[in-house]
Amino acid sequence: MTLLATKGTSTRFRPTWWRAVLYEAEFYSKTWRASVISSFLFPILYLSAMGLGVGHLVSAHTGLIEGHTYSHFIAPGLLAITAMQLSVGECMWPVLASIKWVRTYHAAVATPLEPDDLVDGKVLWLAGRLFVTTAVYAVIITCFGATTSWTALFLPFIGALIAVAFAAPLMAFSSRVESDVTFTMLFRFAIVPMLLFSATFYPVSQYPVGIRWMVQLMPLYHGVALCRAAAFGSGSLLAIATHAAVLIVMTVVGLFFGRRNLRRRLVD
Amino acid sequence: MNSVLRVTPSLSFGSRRSLYILERNIMAYKRQWPVFVSGFFEPLFYLLSLGIGLNSLVGHLDVGGQSVSYAAFVAPGMLATSSMNGGVIDSIYNVFFKLKVSHVYEPVLSTPLDVNDVALGEVWWSLTRGALYATSFIICMALLGDAGSPWVILCLPGAVLTSFAFACVGLAACTYMRSWQDFDTVTLVTLPLFLFSATFFPLSLYPTWLASIVIFSPLYQSATLLRGLSLGSFSWVMLVHVAYLFVMGLVGLSVAARRFQRILAP
Amino acid sequence: MHARQLTKDFGTFRAVNGISFDIPRGESFGFLGPNGAGKTSTMRMVSAVARPTSGELSIFGLDPHHDGPAIRARLGVVPQEDTLELELTVLDNLLMFGRYFDLSRSVVRERAKELLEFAKLTERANDKCDNLSGGMKRRLTIARSLLNQPELLILDEPTTGLDPQARHLLWERLYRLKSDGVTLVITTHYMDEAEQLCDRLVVMDHGDIVAEGAPRALITQHSTREVLELRFPSDVTTPPVDMLAPLAERLEVLPDRVLLYVHDGDDTLRAVHAAGVTPVSALVRRSTLEDVFLRLTGRTLVD
Repeated sequence: MTLLATKGTSTRFRPTWWRAVLYEAEFYSKTWRASVISSFLFPILYLSAMGLGVGHLVSAHTGLIEGHTYSHFIAPGLLAITAMQLSVGECMWPVLASIKWVRTYHAAVATPLEPDDLVDGKVLWLAGRLFVTTAVYAVIITCFGATTSWTALFLPFIGALIAVAFAAPLMAFSSRVESDVTFTMLFRFAIVPMLLFSATFYPVSQYPVGIRWMVQLMPLYHGVALCRAAAFGSGSLLAIATHAAVLIVMTVVGLFFGRRNLRRRLVD
Repeated sequence: MNSVLRVTPSLSFGSRRSLYILERNIMAYKRQWPVFVSGFFEPLFYLLSLGIGLNSLVGHLDVGGQSVSYAAFVAPGMLATSSMNGGVIDSIYNVFFKLKVSHVYEPVLSTPLDVNDVALGEVWWSLTRGALYATSFIICMALLGDAGSPWVILCLPGAVLTSFAFACVGLAACTYMRSWQDFDTVTLVTLPLFLFSATFFPLSLYPTWLASIVIFSPLYQSATLLRGLSLGSFSWVMLVHVAYLFVMGLVGLSVAARRFQRILAP
Repeated sequence: MHARQLTKDFGTFRAVNGISFDIPRGESFGFLGPNGAGKTSTMRMVSAVARPTSGELSIFGLDPHHDGPAIRARLGVVPQEDTLELELTVLDNLLMFGRYFDLSRSVVRERAKELLEFAKLTERANDKCDNLSGGMKRRLTIARSLLNQPELLILDEPTTGLDPQARHLLWERLYRLKSDGVTLVITTHYMDEAEQLCDRLVVMDHGDIVAEGAPRALITQHSTREVLELRFPSDVTTPPVDMLAPLAERLEVLPDRVLLYVHDGDDTLRAVHAAGVTPVSALVRRSTLEDVFLRLTGRTLVD
């Protein structure tokens, strides 16, 4: 809270949202240990268990998936999943806690910070954090041989984009939530199905043609597809533009409603 | 001390009154029934995703001379995982909250119930939930054709035993938690267990050194037991799995009871 | 209830230091003492929850270590902090708590109805406890302790947080319980409450019992009959203590006034005037338990 409370001449030179980012950073610096594990270790564990174990079974029976070994095929998708999961986790319970239980947001808007700054700060912080996390992850999967094109350099940017594409609308959602039961429901009926059905662990061609469009409605699918395109340098420009556009629209619309909802919740 | 519940002949632990804790939890949970009901959808999603995706990519596996579809191989492992998560998470999160935040047990201890009743009551609750979710899981397995044999019905007691083992250990573990931040440690244990307990692929695919560690994993014990039951391929080794899980639960429960005593009635 | 050399240690800290007391059936017994004196630790032992580190304790002639459940079945406990189930409704709180005593649902329902009436909470029966005011929660906690129709009621600061109306209502109820033969064990910070309610009381400090007796007896024993309070103008930094001291049995100098412990306050006041001391104001009052308490446990804040 010290950062939020600081008033000084230097604030004139910095936008106020910057302090909201700093606040998130300060909070993170106190709890980073556990999250370092979940950010880096878990995707690696997933990759080795699913990729090597299940991958062995898949290559014995089916061979290559879209021209890649199974573990290479799922690696970029795991990056997308990690970005979504971390971002989603940060924008649900902690946000409700800041609004309702610990009420740090109420303390924050009593300083020169505006609700808009809190939303922007959270989203930007997550963009930064996921940029770094996915960059490390991209290096690791490259060592596994799971990237085959220079376009993999875009992976950290895509990771950050996925993070904000989920963070912004979720901030809008969480700003209106009254009870954490809603989060449990959202998790069960939206987040988990997305994790399972967004064509991360198998190609979209596994679905019957008639229901593929349903998969394409899932935001995570576009994140996964974008990561795969970057890792392998594959995919048409049009497809890539579509995937990116979906995520960008989510971010913009989410930010608009996020700011509006949080303003209503905290100030009006 | 009327009607003492005997867990083993030499050890009397808790009393019939522990069932009141179960009653209390049901009463408190009534308001949250949507969450409870939503839990039934989880196995459906998992099994569906598996059936659509990986089943045909992996094809059939050889389990003890029997050729089974990948979905039929994985489903019991997922049931074991779900029982583990249910047991651990319910014990750890809810009991931690009651123990250290809402102090639900303190007034209870001024009634005839004692610390052992409280610990045992929470176990009953975990088993009840575990049994309900396992039932829905087994029904989903049967509906989606992932049940290996009619013996799949025996997976229910197997899953409840798994809930028991993990719920008791979770109960003990939650007494060591200092704050919510410590909960990340829980995932740190359960996720590797989940990924490396021969749930997704057979033990034979692990490097030998890792395989010799994996067989000691409690989730491996449970997954292997449930797989055998689902496929109807019985063997004497199953008794070892059952004993392992049972002892694990008893040890967890006795540690939990001792820790509860220290926290609640020092 | 009999306690001999009752001791409770937490690690190296001794919370209760070998205290002994007897509480006969039907008596109303008070534990007074500043925060940290060991009252709550004692309460937890006599309610058969915490085990004494050493010493003997018997309640209803039973040993709490072996017969805890049987003892607790006959006890009512009002803890210092309200420990209600905030997620449950007012009525459900009572219904569930009654069940812990092995009471049938119909009996619990009947008693709950009556106790809601007593606690003036009948209209709030189906509200979540979380939405109750502090005073309402306290009343519900007290109602809850009566569900099993206890023979011994243990109240740890029962009226803290209650408004005067509710306080007097509770006192009335406690009188009634007492006349029905219920034994009361009370800790309190309010000296008027102790004087009103307790037949006998002990004053605890640093884990020891420093005084024991009936409230009136304690006042006679540890204080004088009356107290003369003298106030001096704020510019008088040192009141004329030398002149006042010979006039009183005991004298206490506080930042804003001087207390003279004497047998007859009016007499002393005349003597003060005669000695040429002129306070801004003077007040003669009877000694209270509070004077005894402060004398025995000191005026400094403990925590």
